[in-house]
Amino acid sequence: MSPSATGSDATLGGARFGDRLFKAALTLTALAVPVLLGFLVFELWAGSREAIGEFGLGFLTSSEWDPVEGRFGALPLIFGTVVSSALALLIAVPLSLGVAIFLTEFAPMRIRGPVSFLIELLAAIPSVVYGLWGIFVMIPFLRATVFPFLKDTLGFLPFFQGPIYGPGMLSAAIILAIMVMPYIMSVSREVLLAVPNTQREAALALGATRWEALTGAVLPYARSGIIGAVILGLGRALGETMAVTMVIGNRHEIAASLFAPGYTMAAAIANEFAEAVENIHLSALSYVALTLFVVTVLINAAARLLIWRVAQGGGGKSA
Amino acid sequence: MTIRQIGLALAAAALLAAPAGAQSLTGAGATFPNPIYTKWFDAYNKATGIRINYQSIGSGGGIRQFTQGTVDFGATDGPMSPAQMEAVQNNVLHIPTVIGAVVLTYNLPSLGATQLQMDGATIADIFLGRITKWNDKRIAAMNPGVALPNADIIVVHRSDGSGTSYIFTDYLTKVSREWKDKVNYATSVKWPVGLGGKGNEGVTQQVKQIEGTIGYVELIYALSNNLPFAKIKNSTGNFVVPSLASATAAAASAKFAKDTDFRVSITNAPGAQTYPISSFTWLLVRPDSKDAAKAALLRDFLNWMITPDAQGMAGGLKYAPLPAEVVALIKPRIAALKANGKPIPAK
Repeated sequence: MSPSATGSDATLGGARFGDRLFKAALTLTALAVPVLLGFLVFELWAGSREAIGEFGLGFLTSSEWDPVEGRFGALPLIFGTVVSSALALLIAVPLSLGVAIFLTEFAPMRIRGPVSFLIELLAAIPSVVYGLWGIFVMIPFLRATVFPFLKDTLGFLPFFQGPIYGPGMLSAAIILAIMVMPYIMSVSREVLLAVPNTQREAALALGATRWEALTGAVLPYARSGIIGAVILGLGRALGETMAVTMVIGNRHEIAASLFAPGYTMAAAIANEFAEAVENIHLSALSYVALTLFVVTVLINAAARLLIWRVAQGGGGKSA
Repeated sequence: MTIRQIGLALAAAALLAAPAGAQSLTGAGATFPNPIYTKWFDAYNKATGIRINYQSIGSGGGIRQFTQGTVDFGATDGPMSPAQMEAVQNNVLHIPTVIGAVVLTYNLPSLGATQLQMDGATIADIFLGRITKWNDKRIAAMNPGVALPNADIIVVHRSDGSGTSYIFTDYLTKVSREWKDKVNYATSVKWPVGLGGKGNEGVTQQVKQIEGTIGYVELIYALSNNLPFAKIKNSTGNFVVPSLASATAAAASAKFAKDTDFRVSITNAPGAQTYPISSFTWLLVRPDSKDAAKAALLRDFLNWMITPDAQGMAGGLKYAPLPAEVVALIKPRIAALKANGKPIPAK
């Protein structure tokens, strides 16, 4: 692409003009994103002003949600969003890391491609399909097998007590886990593939077992990338709406039991926005959206910090 | 047909459509009557060439867009509140279009083909969490000889804001003092107990899968999915099976003042054959419009909508048609629509 030595001044000038144009266009597109984000935050803030004025920060700690009386509080929604996403990661991370490690380190060459393709295909399924599958297939199965088993064996814990309805926090976490798995798996796989082979060979040459090579040489190298993959999955889980609302039971309540119904911020907005008639109801839903935005930003910022610290620490140790 | 020909045809269609801009109306609102509205607007377009674009964005959105003046008409399952009517300087007329009914569905395998019978106070107490067992003596008293299990009642309600919830809670508000004080009625309320299902299908699936559940869905949905539903005791003491006929009967027996604004609740209506959990769904139009051409189009459509032909289409989609009494009341109100303070000239 560099101008050839035989190029005249005119073409050079043209190239410079083209370059400048290209640069300007790129700058504009790059600027569009923060501007859009600014508009979004402004809109959310403007929409929720009435609710902010009415409820203040008490909105975040109140459990009341009464559209008829116009009293709103988002604590059960925040709780449901954070708990369902955290539980989903608890299930999805070991599974997807296991798959990623198997595919990069242990699996025979000829099955690596097809298996990872199949898992990535899961990411292409629309969330409403996951939701329907959750209602028709997953919940009946869980109700008949897994949930009674959990209640019988771990029933002494408050998390596994109370009646088993089917739809509830645990069902939501499981469907979320299935949905975020392909993201975590495929990014971790890429990261593990990027670990130089010399790293593995060096460890093995020193007499390490494959387990030791993996935990001592490969995973530390890939650590920050894997955390990035987990954060990507978490972001998806926090914002997921359709599939969650179809299986979580949609109840504005904080319960210790994972069998009990719950609610998430995204699900409440999707459920109530279309038919919200009173201004304060709409404004409260905007306030929920703003809260979801802030929670997402906070979690992502914390994650960035974590990656940064890990990258620093990792570099220090291996040096 | 080649691509070029298709392109030409499209261009021609666009050219033809452009001057006909005035020959179209836009509306937005309720999702519950969307199937019949879609059918009506399609049939009307075929008959007259007038295009009516309808966005089923929900009653709340319909009222908002109508208030902001971005649509020619709105549609809603619950009538506008006095405060909302104030926001449009009371320049709004509710026109009933069809009647919807809400049925109580349940999962009690031990009942077999026997239809459960319920009265309003008992339903309210179940949804308040006061009655928690299926063999409660109040349920048993209404269902003599029926094998009711000693099982917990699991309540399932809609989690999304909906006209169905509006009709159901409007009914409970009328039959239970405690419900009125504690919960009241709206498209979404603070449910005292139970699981929330998204949409009719969400409620239905939870009721189908979990034994001992009770929930409510639209009549149309229950009929087309063969769900079991309860007979409900109406205000005259009869247990009535929900059907198109008994829903229309509720509208026929409702008492209208001569100058009614049609914002009338027909839940718990009088009459021996009426099904008590029924309600109108409405179109929102401006009695005094600023655009005479569009007002004329809308008036013509409304006149067509109350013809037996159009109302007959409702039955095919399992909506209860308007009774003759109500049609007779609507007719003069449509004729009285104005534009810029003057009567709209006839076609």
